[in-house]
Amino acid sequence: MLSRRPLLRLAIIGAFTFGFYETALAQQTIKIGELNSYKAAPSFLEPYRKGWQLAVEEINAAGGVLGKKFEVISRDDGGNPGDAVRVAEELVKRENVDLLTGTFLSNVGLAVTEFAGKNRVFFLAAEPLTDKIIWQNGNRYTFRLRTATYEQAAMLLPDALKAHKKRWAIIYPNYEFGQSAVAAFKDLIKAKQPDIEFVTEQAVPMGGRADAGTIMQAVDDAKPDAIFFVFFPTDLYKLVREGNIRGTFKGRYVTSVLLGEPEYLDPFKAEAPVGWAVTGYPWYAIDTPEHKTFLAAYQKRWNDYPRQGSVVGYVTMKSLAAGIARAGSTNTDKLVAAFENLKVDSPFGPFVYRASDHQSTMGAYVGKTALRDGKGVMIDFKYVDGATVLPSDEEVKKLRPAAN
Amino acid sequence: MGIETFFLQALNGLADASGLFLVAAGLSLIFGVTRIINVAHGSLYMLGSYFAYTFAMRVGGAVGFWSGIIASGLLVALIGAIIEALLLRRIYRSPELFQLLATFAVLLVINDAALWVWGPDDLLGPRAPGLSGAVEIMGRRFPSYNFFLIVVTPLVLLALHLLLKRTRFGHLVRAATQDREMVGALGINQVLLYTAVFALGSFFAGLGGALQIARDSANLRIDITIITDAFVVVVVGGMGSILGAYLAAVIIAEIKAFCIALGLVQLGGVALNFSQLTLVAEFFVMAVVLITRPYGLLGGAQAIIHAFAEPEDPIRPASWTQKAIGVVVLVLLVCLPLVNSPFALVLAVDVLVAILFAISLHFIAGPGGMHSLGHAAYFGLGAYGVALLVKWLAAPMLVALAAAPVIGGMGALLFGWFAVRVSGVYLAMLTLALAQIVWSIVYQWEDLTGGSNGVFGIWPAPPFDKPAPYFLMTTFITVVCFLMLRRFLFAPFGYAMRAGRDFPLRAEAIGINVRRVHLVGFAIAGTVCAIAGGIFAFAKGSISPETLDISSSINGLVMVLLGGLQTLIGPVIGAGVFVLLQDTVMRQTPYWHALLGGIILFLVLVFPDGIVGTVSRVAKRWTSWFPAGRKGSWE
Repeated sequence: MLSRRPLLRLAIIGAFTFGFYETALAQQTIKIGELNSYKAAPSFLEPYRKGWQLAVEEINAAGGVLGKKFEVISRDDGGNPGDAVRVAEELVKRENVDLLTGTFLSNVGLAVTEFAGKNRVFFLAAEPLTDKIIWQNGNRYTFRLRTATYEQAAMLLPDALKAHKKRWAIIYPNYEFGQSAVAAFKDLIKAKQPDIEFVTEQAVPMGGRADAGTIMQAVDDAKPDAIFFVFFPTDLYKLVREGNIRGTFKGRYVTSVLLGEPEYLDPFKAEAPVGWAVTGYPWYAIDTPEHKTFLAAYQKRWNDYPRQGSVVGYVTMKSLAAGIARAGSTNTDKLVAAFENLKVDSPFGPFVYRASDHQSTMGAYVGKTALRDGKGVMIDFKYVDGATVLPSDEEVKKLRPAAN
Repeated sequence: MGIETFFLQALNGLADASGLFLVAAGLSLIFGVTRIINVAHGSLYMLGSYFAYTFAMRVGGAVGFWSGIIASGLLVALIGAIIEALLLRRIYRSPELFQLLATFAVLLVINDAALWVWGPDDLLGPRAPGLSGAVEIMGRRFPSYNFFLIVVTPLVLLALHLLLKRTRFGHLVRAATQDREMVGALGINQVLLYTAVFALGSFFAGLGGALQIARDSANLRIDITIITDAFVVVVVGGMGSILGAYLAAVIIAEIKAFCIALGLVQLGGVALNFSQLTLVAEFFVMAVVLITRPYGLLGGAQAIIHAFAEPEDPIRPASWTQKAIGVVVLVLLVCLPLVNSPFALVLAVDVLVAILFAISLHFIAGPGGMHSLGHAAYFGLGAYGVALLVKWLAAPMLVALAAAPVIGGMGALLFGWFAVRVSGVYLAMLTLALAQIVWSIVYQWEDLTGGSNGVFGIWPAPPFDKPAPYFLMTTFITVVCFLMLRRFLFAPFGYAMRAGRDFPLRAEAIGINVRRVHLVGFAIAGTVCAIAGGIFAFAKGSISPETLDISSSINGLVMVLLGGLQTLIGPVIGAGVFVLLQDTVMRQTPYWHALLGGIILFLVLVFPDGIVGTVSRVAKRWTSWFPAGRKGSWE
């Protein structure tokens, strides 16, 4: 059986399939290609999906942009860079989307950034936090909405410096996001407090493989004064529980990026860490009119409270609407030009996309964790505008070799 | 490291070994009797966690927690029995790879079912009532629940041991492990026995999962995590040996614990972070054990299975008509760039890469009889070889592409040298271990490989930077590789390889060095697969570690089995169908895991010979009814 007859079938099926896709009529909508790791990180991304769906409904109810409605073609990116590039390619070449947006995992975000740069496709990275997307690997076609790891670390810095601890332990997930956060934090704190000492660094393998008890024991044994705790959702709960039982956090200053976000804090219920310095999203206590409007709309639509992911999804689509309106077209070059210094209104207040590194200045809330009614909450928080912690335009220029 | 640290980390290791042992013991028990490598065992563990969480939250308090653990175990046992009765009973006589695939499909389905029932969030259960605190040891706090696990695990081991040694049921289980045909011949109700064993093994998986809720959240990822760990434990301990499983679980958990405890160590001026070695440690142990003791620490040689499948027909060359059709198809394929669709070419290159992967795997898995579970390693070696040459040495595209098969071939030669010493399940596990070691190295050696990000910016040079020329180049390479592999199989070498597969002793007797022939086969397959990797890297412009992890190897097997093992064209069709299926299914539904699993199950149950095998069977029947219309054989 050596004929290649079945290939004929494949070729015929292929030709028909693609024929159909290619004969799409002149576009009546603005086609947004959205890809994300819905399967790999559902706790963040299900609310994210609800967020962008709400935004798209609002945009389309108002008649769309440039007289065209938004049509979002959403795909799972498989949770890894290889599949994500393939999906991006499919969205651009088969679905003929006008632009790309989405991604959650830092390594996936980086891969799509690279793809967008090479293929000259506009890409708004929604969530991936790594600094490389805007700096080392940044390119002309890629913008990023979410507050970067550098910013998150910088937001936690003042409080950490005030605590003035000498011996630090570091726990981080051993992939791009964790490495990026740790690198930023170490650089920032060493510059301000030269006598700092890092007594242990636990690189936790990704994907639920952490031996939590052993890791917390090792951190405890290093006798740190303070702990910088970066986590990936998979291992968060067992690490914190083991640490609590063993007293690893007791009497120690702990600071952690993202832990104040409801998607991560809520599953702890009554076991939520208390007194940690965190960045996050205290939706229950934000008193600004912008946020109240968003909260009401979200709760009305979904009968659920928003998570950080909801805000990211919502603002992603609102950013695109603002950008396309400003560009007056979906032409990639015009979009890039329009996004530079683009002002967007968000539930967190107005922010801009910087022209220098294509990073948005949307900020985050910084505060302490506490227990209230058997639930973890953020208290004593304040909103930190991203613009106040990002490096200046001149410094950024040096950080973006690829984009210049 | 002080003595206190050492002691406490040893205790941590023992506690970690508990869950690992329970799930591995069940797996080992099931394998011993049914000879099925039950990938879905990880799902049963996961279900145990979810059930225990639900009991603990709904019933609440100490009663909900402790009785919930037992109830979860029993409930999972029931589910295990149902899976056995509905599915596995139908495939006991199928090739072991098919069984593996079927249980993998069950894993996919259960994962999505759990997503549907319990939602996507991690569910954190309560701490164990009565054991929620810690005990002071040597000035450190040690969770009392861990003590409970450390004590209860050997008790379970003892109970299981007594059950197997002292009861009639145990005698039957052991007898079936030794010689299941004889047990059947003696009038034992095999159907009942198998279901009971499966339920018992499932009970342990459920129990293991349920016991973890005091330590970890119930989540959707543990199924695949725990099953790879459990495989390692079972193989290291020796298939079917319960004590071996305990020993292996302890050894592996302890090694991991000490890696973490050591942390960052300065070795002769080089900083080595031992905590990063936990990923590779268990696979390293497995590889070492399999190389030195091929049947595991306490395992014996695999018992003989009397009833083996009907010997296959040898592969026959295609008829002239079929060859002519092949040429026509090829010509049509070459004309594909005339269809003005950029994505068609992208997809076609994906299909061709998958075909290369599948035919190279088929080469050793089919005619070679070596069921490799780590074929993605050579794909990865080729892809990373290309990427690193471009990134670090700025190698021109064609030079890098030419280097890929050399790198992959050398890797395959090295791994094959170890792998051909064992056979069957052990070979599958050893190749898996070796592939995981490559994966871990690629994942952890960030300075060289870019770690989780992989390597970017590997774009083809002109004229291949356009889709059409790249597609044509890929087509050319694929055809050449296909013809080359075909030539090997119809040469004396191919027959020698098959002889070594079917009758190793007789082959040796007529002067064939079976190991050497199989090793060469291994190297050839690795070489071709590495070419696929190289093409893939340039087609995507980047490469990242998941291309060489276990799911990639499994995908390869799915392609081969989909098409059918018995023909050369089988893997070609299987790969094509698989890629197109994945391309469509992934876009249709959020529950695409379940859908993919369902499709695999359907194929396994309805088309056990694969697509080509089924078509050819139907054709054969057709021609035997209408002998006059016979036009060449389908083989």
